[in-house]
Amino acid sequence: MSDERFEPKIIAFLCNWCSYRAADLAGTARMKYQPNIRTIRVMCSGRVDPSFVLKAFSLGADGVMIAGCHPGECHYLEQNYKAMRRYEMLRHTLLAMGMEDHRLRLQWASAAEGTVLSAAINEMIEQVRALGPLNWPGFWSENGGHQAAIERLPHEHAEALEVSA
Amino acid sequence: MKYSYFPGCSLEKNAASYDVSTRAVASRLGMQFTEIEDWNCCGATEYVSLNLTAAYSLIARNLAQATKNTGLDQVVAPCSACYLNLRKADKVLGQDARLADRVGKALAAGGLSYKPGSLHIRHLLDVLYQDIGLDALGAAVTKPLTGLRIAPYYGCMIVRPSFHNGGEDPEYPISLDKILKALGAEVVDYPMKAHCCGGHMTQISEATGFEMIRRLIKGADDYQTDVIATICPMCQLNLDGFQGAMNRHFSTNYHIPVLYFTQLIGLAMGMAPKAVGIGDEIVSAAKALTKIGTAVEPEPAGPARRKKDDKSLPMPSRGGGVA
Amino acid sequence: MSEKVGVYICHCGSNIAGTVDVVELAKFAGELPGVTVSREYKFMCSSLGQELVAEDIQKQGLTRVVVGACSPHLHEKTFRRACATAGLNPYLMQMASLREQVSWVTEDKALALDKAKAMISGAVRRVQLQEELEPTPVPVNPNTLVVGGGVAGIQAALELADAGYPVFMVEREPSIGGHMAQFDKTFPTLDCSACILTPKMSDVGTHDKITLLSYAEVEEVTGFVGNFHVRIRKRARGVDEKDCTGCGICIEKCPRKVVDEVFEAGMGYRKAIYRPFPQAVPKFPVIDRANCTFYERGTCKACEKFCPTNAIRFDQEDTFLDLDVGNIILATGWDLFDARRLSQFGYGRLANVFTNLEFERLCNAAGPTDGKIVLRDGVTEPKSIALVHCVGSRDKTTNPQCSAVCCMAALKFGHLVMEKTQAEVTSFYIDIRAPHKNYEEFYDRLQDEGMHFVRGRVAEVTDAARRPEEEGKLIVQVEDTLVGKQRRLPFDMVVLMSGLQPRADAKEVGLRFGISCSMDGWFTERHPKLDPVATMTDGIFIAGVCQGPKDIPDSVAQGAAAASRIQGMIARGTVMIEPVVATIHEEHCSGCRICNNLCPFNAIEFLADKGVSYINAALCKGCGTCVAACPAQAISGAHFNNQQINAEIEGLLYDAVRGNGGAPKPVAVPA
Repeated sequence: MSDERFEPKIIAFLCNWCSYRAADLAGTARMKYQPNIRTIRVMCSGRVDPSFVLKAFSLGADGVMIAGCHPGECHYLEQNYKAMRRYEMLRHTLLAMGMEDHRLRLQWASAAEGTVLSAAINEMIEQVRALGPLNWPGFWSENGGHQAAIERLPHEHAEALEVSA
Repeated sequence: MKYSYFPGCSLEKNAASYDVSTRAVASRLGMQFTEIEDWNCCGATEYVSLNLTAAYSLIARNLAQATKNTGLDQVVAPCSACYLNLRKADKVLGQDARLADRVGKALAAGGLSYKPGSLHIRHLLDVLYQDIGLDALGAAVTKPLTGLRIAPYYGCMIVRPSFHNGGEDPEYPISLDKILKALGAEVVDYPMKAHCCGGHMTQISEATGFEMIRRLIKGADDYQTDVIATICPMCQLNLDGFQGAMNRHFSTNYHIPVLYFTQLIGLAMGMAPKAVGIGDEIVSAAKALTKIGTAVEPEPAGPARRKKDDKSLPMPSRGGGVA
Repeated sequence: MSEKVGVYICHCGSNIAGTVDVVELAKFAGELPGVTVSREYKFMCSSLGQELVAEDIQKQGLTRVVVGACSPHLHEKTFRRACATAGLNPYLMQMASLREQVSWVTEDKALALDKAKAMISGAVRRVQLQEELEPTPVPVNPNTLVVGGGVAGIQAALELADAGYPVFMVEREPSIGGHMAQFDKTFPTLDCSACILTPKMSDVGTHDKITLLSYAEVEEVTGFVGNFHVRIRKRARGVDEKDCTGCGICIEKCPRKVVDEVFEAGMGYRKAIYRPFPQAVPKFPVIDRANCTFYERGTCKACEKFCPTNAIRFDQEDTFLDLDVGNIILATGWDLFDARRLSQFGYGRLANVFTNLEFERLCNAAGPTDGKIVLRDGVTEPKSIALVHCVGSRDKTTNPQCSAVCCMAALKFGHLVMEKTQAEVTSFYIDIRAPHKNYEEFYDRLQDEGMHFVRGRVAEVTDAARRPEEEGKLIVQVEDTLVGKQRRLPFDMVVLMSGLQPRADAKEVGLRFGISCSMDGWFTERHPKLDPVATMTDGIFIAGVCQGPKDIPDSVAQGAAAASRIQGMIARGTVMIEPVVATIHEEHCSGCRICNNLCPFNAIEFLADKGVSYINAALCKGCGTCVAACPAQAISGAHFNNQQINAEIEGLLYDAVRGNGGAPKPVAVPA
């Protein structure tokens, strides 16, 4: 590990039925991806509480991935839609509060999509590497600080409520 | 209802009756057509296979000119080929950035520009069916075409699936059928209604062209059709203009007039046949139209053609002082 | 109170050890807080490996176990069992995936070791907060509900009833039999369809363990596996089943004739009071109120006048029945693809274009033409017949799937045509699909019998003749791909092999039972390869074509399979409900009800008298969505609670420096 290159730490929440199996498949097929990602198994992407995401960032994670089954294919029928809604709100809240985009990522991967997941992992690691270590207070103060963040909040929430394609 | 109007080259000459009847019907229905200033030929069908940039620049110039009609974003084209070309150009330029760039430069050289997607290009049939609607058309009918058996002929260009023409089934479109029904006519369930007329096959391989025309005429004849209604000048030219040649080629004896649907709409609205260009057609519609009590004045016969083996000497012309 | 954690690092031969320094890793684990024992071993899943764990639990008094090995999807059960055998609750074990998620996907050995350390660290912290859990036994009601009286449902019902268990069969139509009752002969044996089906139908009708509810629908389903409550609507037949003898005089005397769109596929007629077919089970007729003179004008009443036992009841109303069952089998069958959607084949426009179902009725001796194959005029015998394969199937614009049975049905039609008429018959196919027992031989037989085959997708069926020999015929336009030419072939009759598609209301019906449909509309099975009759909802099974297109033998097999699964559950008497469920802590619940609408399994209800929400543990599937949604964190998810997951996050980031550059700085409070 070189001292010059920043190695991000990314926490991933993988749902038991689809994305965790996709990660297993990536393993069985020996698809190589960078080791910067550390995985947590949950039963469903719907289990992911936004506080987990914040906890991970506060403990030193530079990025967080939430992975689940494709919409329409959730093992529990429709819970990934709830994960999707929560993710939208969380993402916009984080943006409003001064965190860069791409540190939080929602990724769909079915149990057969080992390639998709490993590619997404590699992509995310490079994106977060380019952003550098999470330096929330620093980034916040550089970007207008506390007041600007509060003013951005309603705008971000309005965007979150728009139905995306 | 206001539209930019793109007549196209055919409507100037061989399809003049289409233009005349379209304008008459539009005006009666309260539609305002503003002709596109200094429009040019759409390139018909050949150009696109020779030089994409030149072809699409030629078409796009019309689109650019149309944007000069401020506030009008609907362009109506009565000719199927013009319609298809304009639609295709708008679609292709929106998708192919490199082509759009080259065409943009060509337009800019003439001080013009066009942003793909900024105009809605419609065929006249679609405009009458969707925007005017069957109820309004029916209400404007004063002389219903009762008893006239009309075969609706769409031709192949308007039903191309990739252009999503108003949700019509490409195998079995029905908008023209419904319009003709609203005019009180007996609509023939014409099996060949979306089959190709042969385009300009008559110029490339006469026998092929005539066979394609024969199939369409025969199909209509098998169903005891009085009149074929068309929506495209090329189709009309093939079925009407070449009907005689086709008859001679196959030793058949078909006589089915081919009119533009706007001519039929005009007649149903009580317009005089001349006002909608009846009489311009080569296979005369006179006999068919007697079915609905419309008398068509016979055209004055032109000078008799001289027979080939006629050895007689010409008469002097009748100028200067003879009664 | 501190736990005693045993950590076991598996080499998995060289699969893990080849990339991750397992010795170093075990050493690292041994130094983590709470770890009493840390070992590495070649194959943890072997009996020796498991014994290692068991011994340590007993001798060292371990209270928690972490196994760093392959994916938990492979061996979680193995190690849970090993712990249980040694006397440790199986839910006090946690696996870390060091193979699929570390050694197999990482190239750099040093980086792999770092990642493995983090994964172990996460598992060690998490396991110390895990709790003992016990699965709940729940009794299984021996009653079964079978929805759908086609051949799959019939088979399932008979197997359960013959085993001595009560069955309730609900069928929407007035008679059971389904589509199979409409067919003439079945391939490849050419058995008469009704002849092989009616004995089974009769068994169902007379079986003392089967309660047949025909002309009925399931309105509502609540409950959970072993304990479903079902509400059934019995529609009003207009006939009192207690008094009706099935003599059929009412049908004879009824003056109203209607086109039979269902059983006769629109090819024949029935009366306003009718039985779908003579061998109907049950034998009681039904009054079609929409087409009955009495309901229209208040007159006629011929059926009532002539009924010898006074069984006609014009004022009869729908009744409701509430049942308790342990398990439910959905065998709701299929709809035929509407060939009118493909206008190029002319169905509905050209008189002599028929669908496969119409043709079955033509061939059937009890059909509208007494089994004579004739044109739409009802008289003329066709001299040439075209069979167009794949109408609506294998087509991205309609249904992409293959309907599995049409090729064989076409071969069957070919045989019947040649047996009953002098006509020439030609199949227009893309492929001939003849996969099962004796199917290929049947194809050979038809080729020998003189059936014609053209490989090509039919482009158009038209009456627009081009040449004299085409006049008055239906012309099939096709590219004959084996010859490499476009062909126009004239026929007297064209039969479209329309495909199978899911019932129009499949999605709605599925939701009523708590199961889902896949993107193409068929019910979703638990596993397409290994568990085709179970669904994701315990206690609800699917059988027959409602799970996907298949032929009669497969439908029968699935019906039997579903019945067998249920018999196993009934024989055991109880079913174990997994303890990975959510629980609402009443004291913390404010009754905001945000969680109520989040559960697709309807496990959460609001107790109005207490003002709190409540989760039915038997219905809860353990997804955890409500746990994450509760604003008061009043819901805890067993085995995946907040403390456990937070501990895992902490462990995974044990080596991370805080993003704000070290120790937390005091934060200025905004004015």
